[in-house]
Amino acid sequence: MARMKNDYENSWWPKLMRWLDNGSTALDDRMEEEMEETHEGHLLPSPEEIAAQEARREERIQQKLTDELELYARAHHWSRTKGTKIADWAYRILAVVICVSIIWVLLQTASYLPSFGSPDNPAHNEVSRRYIEKGMEETGAVNIVAGMILDYRAFDTLGESNVLFVAACSVMILLRVSSDKKHHISSVHQLEMEADDRMYEPKDDLILQRATAFLVPVILLFGVYGLLNGHISPGGGFSGGAIMGAGLILYLNAYGFQKAQRFFTFTVFKAISACALSFYALSKAYSFFTGANHLPSFITPGTPGNLFSAGLIPYLNIAVGLVVCCTMYAFYTHFRKGDM
Amino acid sequence: MELWQSIPFACILLPLGSAAVTSVMNKRWSRYWTMFVLSCLVILCAIFVFKMQAFSGSYTYMMGHYSAPWGNEIRAGMLEAVTALFFSLIMLLSLMGGMKKIEEHLLSDKQSLYYVMLLLLSAALMAQVYTNDLFTAYVFLEIMTLAAGALISARNRGRTLVASTRYMVMNLLGSGMFLLGITLLYDLSGHLLMSNIKEAVAILAADGKYQMPLTVVIALMSIGLGIKSALFPFHTWVPDAYGYSTPTSAAVLSSLVSKGYIFMLVKIYWRVLGVDVIRSTGILDVLFVFAMVGMIMGSLSAIRQNDVRRMIAFSSVAQIGYIFMGLGMGTEAGAAAAMFHVFAHAISKAALFLAAGGLADASGNNKQFRHLRGSGFRSPIAGIAFTIGALSMVGFPFLCGFTSKLNFATAAMELDDIRMLLVLAVLTVSTFLNTVYFLKTVITLYRKPLAGVQYSREKGQRGFCFHTSLVLFSVVNIALGLFSQTVMDFITRGLSYFG
Repeated sequence: MARMKNDYENSWWPKLMRWLDNGSTALDDRMEEEMEETHEGHLLPSPEEIAAQEARREERIQQKLTDELELYARAHHWSRTKGTKIADWAYRILAVVICVSIIWVLLQTASYLPSFGSPDNPAHNEVSRRYIEKGMEETGAVNIVAGMILDYRAFDTLGESNVLFVAACSVMILLRVSSDKKHHISSVHQLEMEADDRMYEPKDDLILQRATAFLVPVILLFGVYGLLNGHISPGGGFSGGAIMGAGLILYLNAYGFQKAQRFFTFTVFKAISACALSFYALSKAYSFFTGANHLPSFITPGTPGNLFSAGLIPYLNIAVGLVVCCTMYAFYTHFRKGDM
Repeated sequence: MELWQSIPFACILLPLGSAAVTSVMNKRWSRYWTMFVLSCLVILCAIFVFKMQAFSGSYTYMMGHYSAPWGNEIRAGMLEAVTALFFSLIMLLSLMGGMKKIEEHLLSDKQSLYYVMLLLLSAALMAQVYTNDLFTAYVFLEIMTLAAGALISARNRGRTLVASTRYMVMNLLGSGMFLLGITLLYDLSGHLLMSNIKEAVAILAADGKYQMPLTVVIALMSIGLGIKSALFPFHTWVPDAYGYSTPTSAAVLSSLVSKGYIFMLVKIYWRVLGVDVIRSTGILDVLFVFAMVGMIMGSLSAIRQNDVRRMIAFSSVAQIGYIFMGLGMGTEAGAAAAMFHVFAHAISKAALFLAAGGLADASGNNKQFRHLRGSGFRSPIAGIAFTIGALSMVGFPFLCGFTSKLNFATAAMELDDIRMLLVLAVLTVSTFLNTVYFLKTVITLYRKPLAGVQYSREKGQRGFCFHTSLVLFSVVNIALGLFSQTVMDFITRGLSYFG
């Protein structure tokens, strides 16, 4: 093994490598310093840890003071003053140049594409023809879009609703503040945020509350209508669910968390999402299995235009709509408070 | 259609359906349930490989009542079956090995969400492997991206949050480019189904129509997936993401998530666009050069690290370079060597990350090399597993890394231009550099510990699951090395059914 030189870290090679690794600039170095791993970030540090931390900080300050002259010399070194500036500018100019050239290439590409709306485009082939001509007959859905996404290509939509679920779960993993029973310490954040909420809520804004009392039932009703009629008229799970979610968020804003928590908590969210997604997965698993093995299936298109028609589509619309609604509400509450 | 032919469908739907159910369980039940589902997945995949070997061929499976270009479809062949088996096995073993650590690193009410992520990730991997439709591939690629981001940030501390932000920025750029590629390709071919696109693209190439957009499509897809699988100049998110997340996340990310994207790229080259079209555009040379530089630069960066996890992370960058080098050769043999390296690297790297976690535990939670001295004696099984993984990465005979390097060299012999010499030279240099940092680590593990430092013994004891998973990893590694010819045979046969 090679012997390490004392100032190896400051020689030009590691600097070059650092720059190659993560574009480390002066700003990044400072960030790294601040984020030294002292303890798991979400727990309250114990007194000893705080003391140790203090001591370490003191030590660091002392170190810095003693190294002041050296630091001064280094800070006024050419590479630190002019060099960083030049590097920063070069970085920015290069970024702009690269972006502009990519944009230029993509715009050029767009001009080479088949012209928009022309009847002999490659996209106008037997696939879309069958969707348009036979879609209603085969799926039983008057709204062809619903027939396409929930019957012809239901597998993609199953993935899509799981994308929403995975996004909601990621947000929870990231933002949910909670007390950990194992450590008998409630998180600082939680206490602070509870205090914030108490201070600002309920708002008791009379105009907002009256308007909400009038609007929310209408919004929810409209959402439900969009959801249930997704296979007959424009609408469906994604849009209906979004409308319902918006209604819930409006209610929450007007009346505060305490009232919203009477009917929508974390448990409710989990239960609804789990039920909707597993219903979707199970029912479609049945349909995929029978379809692939050419078995008879008890799901029939029915009479197009009826509320109970189009096979599974209305039920899948409801499932997707519930997931979308829950996800929207969960996003809002977690970004605002970190809890439901 | 026989019952066993529904296994790919079950492999996708089983983890997907059980993921939603997992979210309502408490942490203990969700752990058992995830273990159970993943074990079922491994068994199903194993049966499927066994059956496919007798079947020898490929078949498509309708997802619904409508046939291919209208409805969704999945397709299973030899290569898909073997890949699915390896992916599910590594997923199970990585979870087993890091379970204790998950409990330690994560808040208790977030653990079930972590298992939800793992299950969704395995479902997405299976769907990536089996799908025959580009849009389905994109949807599940999104699930993979988001779930992997959550796996990094699950251990809630400064470094992982920064790492997951970097990961997200880079990966969403990659997803965006891939999606743009799919959109343009749909506009040119009018299809999303892989086999139909291939026909349409072959006609376009023969007529010489839309050559410019087609080149852009190929570039967008290759670079997009290259960014997502940490090809050299786009690897800046790797060291933090692999270095500071919980060991299971690091193992899963480095050995499964990036490999899922690479498998997708192989599929796009061989099944969607046709390798002749790809060869004529010159994108392969770009990948080849990136890979070459990555193999050297990744190893050089790894040598300079003094944190074992970051070292392994940089070594991943170099190994991804190997895989892209194989793809960049543009030959059947090169792609087969690359696929074999996907398996070899996945097995070795997951074991290395888990073992490094165990060794760090035995050294008072320190990952720096000077603290790791003697940890091979404090945590013997982790030490041995690390040694086997490291030797395999270096290319020690009887381990899978050796065969994989041999495959690359053999594939290079088929090339008849300057690239042959380049591959051989870079392979030699890179192997030498690998040896430098991996052997240095192994020697460190068995040196005399730092004077005057006592490490508590209990912390090193990580229990039955951890040791079983490491032993299994080593066994699979050796088995893959000894029976490499069988696996290579599967891969070449699978690739020939790809077209």
